[in-house]
Amino acid sequence: MRRAVLLIAALACGGAALLTLAGGGRGARGGREAMQAAAAAPPSAGSPAPAVPAASSALLAQGRGLFESSCASCHGADARGIHGRGPSLIGVGALAADFYLQTGRMPLPAPRDQPLRTKPAFPQSQIRALVAYVGSLGGPAIPRVSPGRGSVARGQKLFALDCAGCHTIQAQGGVVTGAIAPSLNEATPTQVAEAIRVGPYAMPRFSSGELSDADVDSIARYLQTTKHPDDRGGWGIGRVGPIPEGMVAWLLAFAALLLVVRLIGERTEG
Amino acid sequence: MSAFSHPHERDRLTDPVRFVDERLGGAKALRFVMGYVFPDHWSFMLGEVALYAFVVLVATGTFLALFFSPALGQVVYHGGYGPLQGQQISEAYGSTLHLSFSVSGGLLMRQTHHWAALVFVAAITAHLLRIVFTGAFRKPRDVNYFIGVTMLALAILEGFAGYSLPDDLLSGMGLAIAWGVAMSLPLIGGPFATALWGGRFPGTTVFESRLFIAHVFIIPALLAALIAIHLAIIMIQRHSQFAGEGRREDNVVGTPLWPGYALRSLGLFAAVAGVLVLMGGLIQINPVWLWGPYHPYLGTNGAQPDWYLGWLIGALRMMPNLEIHLFGHTLVPNPFFGGVLFPTAVFALLYALPWLDRRFISRDYRRHDLLELPRENPRRTALAAAVFSAIAIVFAAGSADRLFFQFGFGYEGAIWFFRGAFLLAPPLVYWITRRVCLALLRAHAHPLRGFSGAVVVRGEQGGFERTGGP
Amino acid sequence: MRRRARAVWRAIVAVWLWRAGSRRRRSESRAQRDPSERRAGAAGRIEGVVVVLLALATAGTAAFAALFILDPDTQLLGLALGLALASLAAALVVAGKRLVPRETKVEARPRLARPQEVEPVVQELRAGADGITRRRLLGSAAGLAGAGVAAAAVVPVAGLGPGITDQLARTPWRAGRRLVDEEGTPVAAADVRRGSFLTAFPEGVQHDELGASVVVVRVDPATLRLPAERANWAPYGILAYSKICTHAACAVSLYRSPLNPSTQPRGPALVCPCHFSTFDVLRAAAVEFGPAGRPLPQLPLVVDAAGALRAGGPLSGPVGPSWWGDKT
Repeated sequence: MRRAVLLIAALACGGAALLTLAGGGRGARGGREAMQAAAAAPPSAGSPAPAVPAASSALLAQGRGLFESSCASCHGADARGIHGRGPSLIGVGALAADFYLQTGRMPLPAPRDQPLRTKPAFPQSQIRALVAYVGSLGGPAIPRVSPGRGSVARGQKLFALDCAGCHTIQAQGGVVTGAIAPSLNEATPTQVAEAIRVGPYAMPRFSSGELSDADVDSIARYLQTTKHPDDRGGWGIGRVGPIPEGMVAWLLAFAALLLVVRLIGERTEG
Repeated sequence: MSAFSHPHERDRLTDPVRFVDERLGGAKALRFVMGYVFPDHWSFMLGEVALYAFVVLVATGTFLALFFSPALGQVVYHGGYGPLQGQQISEAYGSTLHLSFSVSGGLLMRQTHHWAALVFVAAITAHLLRIVFTGAFRKPRDVNYFIGVTMLALAILEGFAGYSLPDDLLSGMGLAIAWGVAMSLPLIGGPFATALWGGRFPGTTVFESRLFIAHVFIIPALLAALIAIHLAIIMIQRHSQFAGEGRREDNVVGTPLWPGYALRSLGLFAAVAGVLVLMGGLIQINPVWLWGPYHPYLGTNGAQPDWYLGWLIGALRMMPNLEIHLFGHTLVPNPFFGGVLFPTAVFALLYALPWLDRRFISRDYRRHDLLELPRENPRRTALAAAVFSAIAIVFAAGSADRLFFQFGFGYEGAIWFFRGAFLLAPPLVYWITRRVCLALLRAHAHPLRGFSGAVVVRGEQGGFERTGGP
Repeated sequence: MRRRARAVWRAIVAVWLWRAGSRRRRSESRAQRDPSERRAGAAGRIEGVVVVLLALATAGTAAFAALFILDPDTQLLGLALGLALASLAAALVVAGKRLVPRETKVEARPRLARPQEVEPVVQELRAGADGITRRRLLGSAAGLAGAGVAAAAVVPVAGLGPGITDQLARTPWRAGRRLVDEEGTPVAAADVRRGSFLTAFPEGVQHDELGASVVVVRVDPATLRLPAERANWAPYGILAYSKICTHAACAVSLYRSPLNPSTQPRGPALVCPCHFSTFDVLRAAAVEFGPAGRPLPQLPLVVDAAGALRAGGPLSGPVGPSWWGDKT
């Protein structure tokens, strides 16, 4: 009886460990933090901002109101930032605001934490207002991304060269000393483009001189394949390589063979 | 029965047996082999699991070798897989893609082969643990034990060579590290590494053919020869056995080869092959098309070696940045400590175990054919557990980055934790294991089944009451 | 009182000895019993079960063959053959454990050692040298010749590779070499923005050569802490370091680039994904954490008249991992 309980417990632990490793990590859930959008150098000075209809004054007023109640405590009432809490938002543009709000990275309760993807704190209508208000302070607009126009092979090359070092070649997320590079399974093409231009937290940021809009289209196209990967070999077990493979070898294959061997052989007397 | 008796009275089996006997003197050998007694405790079959995994490896490997191209010449990919379309890749990588995408059953063979490699080393490791914890390495089996440890080292090398052949991003990074470790060998490192690779890393295409011939011929031939010697020695010495009903140092009690053991062993072979083929078809392993081709200027996060090298990546990550310099020149580069010194120390310990056990641990120079239960030799069991825990900690340190990603422990903090644990945990494990062994011995209890003997209680009015037991 | 105590102590010792002795007696008597037995015959059901399992195995292999020709889908092939093998395994195990006669046999363990033969063997060996006078001389000569043959077997191995040390220290970077990206396009200084990183190579050189790849980053010049002799190696705060890690030759493909220094105390750093050696870009790639023993070699940069980045000289040190005898 005890043996059976122990065996079931061991299998359950092994299965749970395997499933967690095969699933997403902290990059998919996580904390909130205040972040400074690029004030030192304008993010994508080279890319032409697509023409956007001027936000209505009602939307801007709503945005300013929300800003004062939800954001000013770290970013300052004038959006010029507070040292040690939130950076200045002058010139970051609708691009950055849309990224941080749509992915739920902002608002961030603890300024020193890494902002990670979570459920957005505001409904879409309020996000639109906030984005309009921050956009009115100057800076790039929300980028338009067309993955269909990109080349998936060029995207693979660019991703391997510039992104895989932190996010893994299959965009399953990784680490740097001091920060997490999240998995990109939930990122929309727009959010991918926004992150590339903003360079949130510890991520480098790429201007259009380094990664053109066509390049971004290609990367977004490549990331569509990582979301629907070619797992023709069977169960993908997370596509991060040998760690889940080793766990399967021990906890599935070897455990099964151990069971077989116990069935075939004898046992010592009690 | 005479050879000239009436044909209808002869058993149909007589002819084949006579065939073998008249040409090879086989009847006597067959009697010996069929009546050979196998002590058949389940833990004695772990080595067989490894053996059958090896057979699966050779069979699937032969198929793969018929399609794989061990050359690093650059070609342009024009197959059906989008993300690699038009990219420059090596012939080795291209032939692996061809095997995975176009050859019928190619991906099944590739995946079965790779799963078999992981299970092969896992079975050898479990078998080694059984040998160590039951004292099976003692005289007269120390010679066979040395052969076994050598096979473990060869199996690890073989696996590394095998998964490095396809020249994909993950294994290419592993080869770069291997080059760095080879370079760190004192005195000979530079010339040795460059000679092996045919130049500075990434070397020339000749390195790929060297890797191929090592993986497909040199190491498998060595392994096959050592396996044959290993089995021959077992046959000569007869297998060891646990103490028990009728079992003594001077006899062997078990199942004869024919018919019981042969069927069970064949059944184990089919089970090993079955499990490996099922995994090869249903669970993806090493999907090289997802990793992309290797270039020395590319790196991916989360790159890991196969599980049996996890202890080395852990050692390389845990080691503080010590390098020994003298007068502006490097003497001992850092990768030496984690990549050469640590595995050498572990294998030296493994090879020295029979001597250490004779001289210091059990202090026993006699020949033993009866095995000890682990709890019957608390000092050896505790020491083995302590060494194993040290290696396990190094192993865990190798995945500290995924622990950070999954659970949020900072990477640097985790490395410091593992450094401390490496020093502090083994003595603790030793102490705990020894206490547990002694406690189990005193209580006559089985570690999992508990006490299964009879308890006799004297009643108040006199007389005895007996509960439990056989 | 003391006599009483001694008596009690003796009783305890006696009981303990008796129990220890009885344990050994019990196991000894257990070991003397004869465990051999043989049971033949099985329940009729068992034979049927084995037949069914074997039939399943046959069906599985037939399915495998058919699928191989018609639709070699990896999952279906694996299922068919795997289940066939599993059924075969079950059939064999059931047959071995329940169908054929179950026998426990006892065999004497042959004594291997023949101690009385050892001395005659030694004598025979020594007798082979009867009549030889200069034994030491012959022995040394034979030993030397044997060692020579063994060494000669290794000599061809030494021919496996070309000469090394100059090769290892070579680098394709020279003063004036233009930096190009992976496509071959020259890298313009204006295209390198603060906070980004890119991979560059010397123009006209094979990208895969170890000394070729460099990482180019741009930082605020006011934050730079380069050694005095490298003061003009970073025009406008643009830095270039070798991309090959000085620990074990992986590509240093991570760049930690903090967006908000006031809440992120860790500065910009290049990090290697293999063992997480972290190189501080502001301090000439000094090792901040991790096992690397040397900083990344730095490439001096100049901006030419057309605004493109060029090397101002060779790399500051050898590329990649160290070896015995290399210059630090």
